[in-house]
Amino acid sequence: MITVEEMISTHKFFQGMNPEHLHFIAGCASNVSVNSGDYIFHEGEPAEQFFMIRHGMVAIETHDLRKGPIRIQTIMEDNVLGWSWLFPPYKWQNDAHAMTLVRMTAFDGKCLREKCDADHNLGYELMKRFAGVLLEHLRATRLQAMNLYD
Amino acid sequence: MQPDLFRIRRVVKETSDTFTLELMPVEAYYVHSFDPGQFNMLYVFGVGEIPISISGDPAHPERLIHTVRAVGAVTNAMNTLEVGDVVGVRGPYGTPWPVKAAKGHDVVFIAGGIGLAPLRSALYQILARREEYGKIVLLYGTRSPEDILYRRDLERLRSRFDLEVHVTVDYAGTRWQGNVGVVTKLIPKAPFDPTQALAMVCGPEVMMRFTAAELEKRGVSSDKIYLSLERNMKCAVGFCGHCQFGSKFICQDGPVFAYDQVRQWINRWEV
Repeated sequence: MITVEEMISTHKFFQGMNPEHLHFIAGCASNVSVNSGDYIFHEGEPAEQFFMIRHGMVAIETHDLRKGPIRIQTIMEDNVLGWSWLFPPYKWQNDAHAMTLVRMTAFDGKCLREKCDADHNLGYELMKRFAGVLLEHLRATRLQAMNLYD
Repeated sequence: MQPDLFRIRRVVKETSDTFTLELMPVEAYYVHSFDPGQFNMLYVFGVGEIPISISGDPAHPERLIHTVRAVGAVTNAMNTLEVGDVVGVRGPYGTPWPVKAAKGHDVVFIAGGIGLAPLRSALYQILARREEYGKIVLLYGTRSPEDILYRRDLERLRSRFDLEVHVTVDYAGTRWQGNVGVVTKLIPKAPFDPTQALAMVCGPEVMMRFTAAELEKRGVSSDKIYLSLERNMKCAVGFCGHCQFGSKFICQDGPVFAYDQVRQWINRWEV
C-alpha cells in the first residue's frame, strides 16, 4: 500500500522537496474524497486546510445575488487548492465545488503553520512553492480581467 | 479589383453577436479555390468592404463560408442581410496555414473567441488526411458558454477518437461542466509532444502573444508556432499600406506568419 508520504512525493507541487520536509508535511496530511456536486468549502468559513488534488475537477465559485453562483476558475489534478489557510483571517474567500468525484490529500493548515514557524527552512520551501502557485493564478486572473477574446 | 457577386444561401446565428454566411456565386465561374487561412474582401453595397477569413471546407469552394462578428458599420449591416441578398466578394487573399508543412507533426490548434473561424478550414483539411499527421489537439477559449462558436461542430469533433478537443471559458454558471480559465492554462497539460508539434494560433493579438509564450515555455520551437494577424486592411493587395506591420504587409505577407518572423513587432505596441 502506498503511504501518504509516497503519494505526496510524486505530486507536482511537492516534486524535488527534501525527504525530511516531506516526512514532516506528511504528518499533517490525510486522504479525502468528495462526491460530485458536493462543496469542499464555502466562502467565509474558517480556512484550516489546503488540498492536493489527485483526481477530478473542482470549480471555484462566487455568488452574485442576481446571477447566482458563477464559476470563475477550475482546478484539476496536479494542482493545489486553497491558500487562505496561510494568511489571516484564515477564512475562505470563495466556494469550492466538486464538479466530479474528487480525490485529494488534505493538509492541516494549523499543524503546517506551526511546523513552518519551528523550521524556517521548511517554511521557506513551502512558501516558494505557494508563491509559484499564486503567481500562476495571478497571471491567469490578469488575462481573464483583460477580456482576452474581445 | 472588381468584386464578384455572391448570393447569400444560408445565414446561421452562431452567438449573440456572431453569424455565419454561406454564399453561392451568382455566376458559376466566380468559384475560386482557396487555402485554409486565406481571407476574402466582402462588400456590403452602399456601406463598405471588410476582410473576413474563410471558414469553410477548402474541398468545397463552391460553398463559400464566412463567420462574422458584428462590431462595426459594415459587419452590423451584414448582420441585417437575408437569404437571397447579394454581396461582393474579392479574393481569396493572403498566406495560408502551413497544413502541408505540418505533415508528420502533432498539430495543435489554439483559438480564442472568433479566432476559431479561420482555423476551421485548416482543421477540415487536416482531418481529411488524418493519417498523415500525429496527434491533433484543439484548445479553444471564449468568454462564456453562450459565446462558444460552432458548438455542434465542436461536439461532433469531441466524439471522435482521433483528436482531442478542450474548451475553456472565462466565467460560467454551475450548469457548465467544462474548464473555467484562460486558454493558455490548457497548454501545459495538452496531450502533444512539444518537440514534434506545430501550432496554429488565432485570436485577438494579446491572446496570441501569451499563447505563443506559453507554447515556447512548453518547448515548442518559435518557427513551429504560426499566428494569424489582423490589421486594418483596405486594398488587400499591398498597394495602400493600411495593414503595414513592421516591414510586412499583413494582406500580402500574411495574415499567417511564423512567430519567429513577427515576434519583434508583436510584442511592441504602436506597430
